[in-house]
Amino acid sequence: MAQLMWLTIALPIVGVLFNGIVGRRLGHRVVSLVGPLVVLGSFLIGAGALIELLVQGEEAVLVPLWTWAAIGSFTVEINLLVDHLSLLMVLVVTGVGFLIHVYATEYMVHKDESGHLHPDRDFARFFTFMNLFIASMLILVLGDNYLMMYVGWELVGVCSYLLIGFWHDRPDQPQDPIDLGEGEEPVRLQPLLSPAASGMKAFIVNRVGDVGFALGVFLIWSTFGTLQFTGVFEQASQVAEVTPAIITWITLLLFIGAIGKSAQLPLYVWLPDAMAGPTPVSALIHAATMVTAGIYMIARSNVLYALAPGVSMTIAFIGAITALFAATIALVQVDLKRILAYSTISQLGYMFMAVGVGAYAGAMFHLTTHAFFKALLFLGAGSVMHALNDVIDIRRMGGLKEKMRITWLTFWIGGLALAGFPLMSGFFSKDEILAEAYQDLPILWVLGIITAALTAFYTFRAVFVAFHGQPRDQRLYDHAHESGKAITFALIVLATLSIFGGLLGLPAFLFDLPNLMDNWLEPLYATLEHGAETAHLALTVELVLFATSAVVAIAGIAVAYLFYVVKPSIPQNLARSTRPIFSLLANKYYVDELYNAVFVKPGLTLARNMAEGIDTWLIDNILVDGLAKVIGWCGQQLSQLQSGYLRHYALATFIGVLVVISYFFLR
Amino acid sequence: MGQLFFLIVAAIAVVAALGVIFNRNVVHSALALLVNFCSLAVLYFMLNAQFLAVAQILVYAGAIVVLFLFVVMLLGAELGEKISSWLTVQNAFLAALGIILLTVVGTAVFENYINGARGDFTTEAVREYGQVQMIGSVLFTDYVLAFQLVAVLLSVGIIGVVWLAQLHLKRQSQGELND
Amino acid sequence: MIDQVPVSFYLLLGAILFSIGAGGVLIRRNTIIILMCVEMMMNSVNLTFVAFSRYLDSATGQIFVFMIMAVAAVEVAIGLALLVELNRHKRAVNIDEINSLKG
Repeated sequence: MAQLMWLTIALPIVGVLFNGIVGRRLGHRVVSLVGPLVVLGSFLIGAGALIELLVQGEEAVLVPLWTWAAIGSFTVEINLLVDHLSLLMVLVVTGVGFLIHVYATEYMVHKDESGHLHPDRDFARFFTFMNLFIASMLILVLGDNYLMMYVGWELVGVCSYLLIGFWHDRPDQPQDPIDLGEGEEPVRLQPLLSPAASGMKAFIVNRVGDVGFALGVFLIWSTFGTLQFTGVFEQASQVAEVTPAIITWITLLLFIGAIGKSAQLPLYVWLPDAMAGPTPVSALIHAATMVTAGIYMIARSNVLYALAPGVSMTIAFIGAITALFAATIALVQVDLKRILAYSTISQLGYMFMAVGVGAYAGAMFHLTTHAFFKALLFLGAGSVMHALNDVIDIRRMGGLKEKMRITWLTFWIGGLALAGFPLMSGFFSKDEILAEAYQDLPILWVLGIITAALTAFYTFRAVFVAFHGQPRDQRLYDHAHESGKAITFALIVLATLSIFGGLLGLPAFLFDLPNLMDNWLEPLYATLEHGAETAHLALTVELVLFATSAVVAIAGIAVAYLFYVVKPSIPQNLARSTRPIFSLLANKYYVDELYNAVFVKPGLTLARNMAEGIDTWLIDNILVDGLAKVIGWCGQQLSQLQSGYLRHYALATFIGVLVVISYFFLR
Repeated sequence: MGQLFFLIVAAIAVVAALGVIFNRNVVHSALALLVNFCSLAVLYFMLNAQFLAVAQILVYAGAIVVLFLFVVMLLGAELGEKISSWLTVQNAFLAALGIILLTVVGTAVFENYINGARGDFTTEAVREYGQVQMIGSVLFTDYVLAFQLVAVLLSVGIIGVVWLAQLHLKRQSQGELND
Repeated sequence: MIDQVPVSFYLLLGAILFSIGAGGVLIRRNTIIILMCVEMMMNSVNLTFVAFSRYLDSATGQIFVFMIMAVAAVEVAIGLALLVELNRHKRAVNIDEINSLKG
């Protein structure tokens, strides 16, 4: 079955072709069938490969496909590397992807008052792009060399752009200012970018990171002479002995790519605006899969990162700081999806912190559980939006638990997982990361635990404001209804995974149960010289950390309960008294405005000057038109030579002869 | 003695040449041309090229000049420009050009820049076998291809001239039909 | 008697005749005169050839002259035929009037 792994990529491509070419004509029901099915097919093949690997006890299977190019000593082969790490990613991507596809078949259809279905005008195009994304992501994780990874990297960027800007004719959306009570001036907020602009922003910011990634790949090629993982990793330690600086540069450049793709400081700004895309897109790409590509890349290249401790430490710190930074912004956002977006940035920060301290298995564990509960939360938010006619401002929600019970319950479960409530999946994965961080550098643990507190708080702020209390907009509330089967199916499955996903990575000390995730990813560390960085702390320390995480999570939820259910006046008073800080947070630290002034405006001005000045004036007028005019003028002058008078011609010939004879004579 | 003779004949040739150019009457120009050709024939004789000398007289003097005169008579002697004076700026400039050419070539001549390969067409051989025989044997062996091509050229020329002539006749008859 | 004249004399004479012919082509505007001058130029070339043939003992020069004579004859014939044809359309054959290839 592992040899058939190429089918996992081929099936979604078939989906792309089908949905793209005949999808529109065959109607949304057919597309609703084909789109999710191809992803399911990929998932089943992945599962089959998993069983095969488990049964046969193999660690990795190389599936050679074909040779792309052979130029002298430079050969590029297209092979698939099916090992534990890539298989894990395949299952997460296709599994969660399948559920989201199913969800989307209902989400992209609007039911009006009389029960008539109105599928989105571009229903088939949506599933074409979604399938394309799955295929691209699988190329990224299944490639056995950096070139394939880069190809997949770029492709998912393209799909992200296409899907964010899916509703390309929607304009910017203004946001209501935050009301701080009578007598106080409301805090003004920037309007939300249009999908088209958001798509461009995502692509361009990603591009900045991709430059780093590309340079890293070039450096790998010039240093190691090969782009295949096996080849690179074998030579890595030798190269590190001779020139450690090269490894540092390679890892740093690759990490820059990860900063862009996985939305860390300073290249995170595209992710909140990416929420302008349809919610299934946000769930799939910007929560579960694409943004985790950076983590996968670092986990895959763990050999290199283990040889560059300076860069790894940098990664850990950037991850930790980003986590805290994003959490602070999420505290005061009023847009439900943006709260989740900043939460994603924050959780990705956790994962980077983990790979930074060498806990690659921990990071992958958190990646998996995060895929479950973050996708769940996004889908839940989408369910709410679907019911409330696409309203996303939480200040217009309230009391929805009465009307949308399944959504409410699953959202609760996702929230508990995100907050790290004990025994939920998120608790175990987050705790593993925090333990590793504590072992390596306690300051990282401190940042992590503070972030965890904030995470619990803002998550349940969203839960309580949206689902509990009194409805704030009666008309919207009246229209609200629970979503249909496709949506609830996805929600329930993901909720189950969010609860039981923790079983994958139980800490060793607890009841002596095996840590499945660590064991599964052990071959990852096979080529490392100093073994896996699993936590080896004393039992008491572990228990204390355990307890601290649990307490912090519960405390955060409790405070949120206090603020938003028991005494709703507290948050407003607090905001009023800390108005400067509140305003700073609500406006996202004005980072977008800063980037606009420093990068975007000068860039646009330069582009405009180039276009008008150089392109229009210089090239069109002077070079092209001017050239034509000069040639015409020359032609006119020269045509005077053809006077039609034979004698003039004879004279010209004569002078020519004279010149030639003189030349030969003078030699 | 030989040089003196040469100088006289050369002078006649040059004067005749000038007479071709600087003559208001076309017929007079044609006759000056005739004198030029004949003096050249004399020079050929001096150069031991008897066959060519006779050919010169037959072809050039006998046929070409006669042809010129035929055409002049056919077209009427009024043709040509009315030349008021030969001394115009244009003429001076053009004459200067000619003199420059002359200078260049003349200098080349006297600086001995002109070389060539020797053959065996010596005076003794000519005296022994006869000029026409020598030319004939070379012409029909080494240069027979050129000879044939010239023959083709002559044929083409004749056909061309005949065609040009009957063109007028055809147009005339067509014109009559169109009346 | 013949050998007393050095070859350069003949060459110089040829050059003079050539220059006069060239000058004539440039100065005169009567087509017939121009054709005559062209003939003169060809003749000067003939003279040069024959001179060399004599002083280098080579038959090639004379053969060449033979060819040139034949070509000259044909050229004059065709040239004059064209001239006659041209004269039917324009009354005076001034070479400056044949300029419809202007531009």
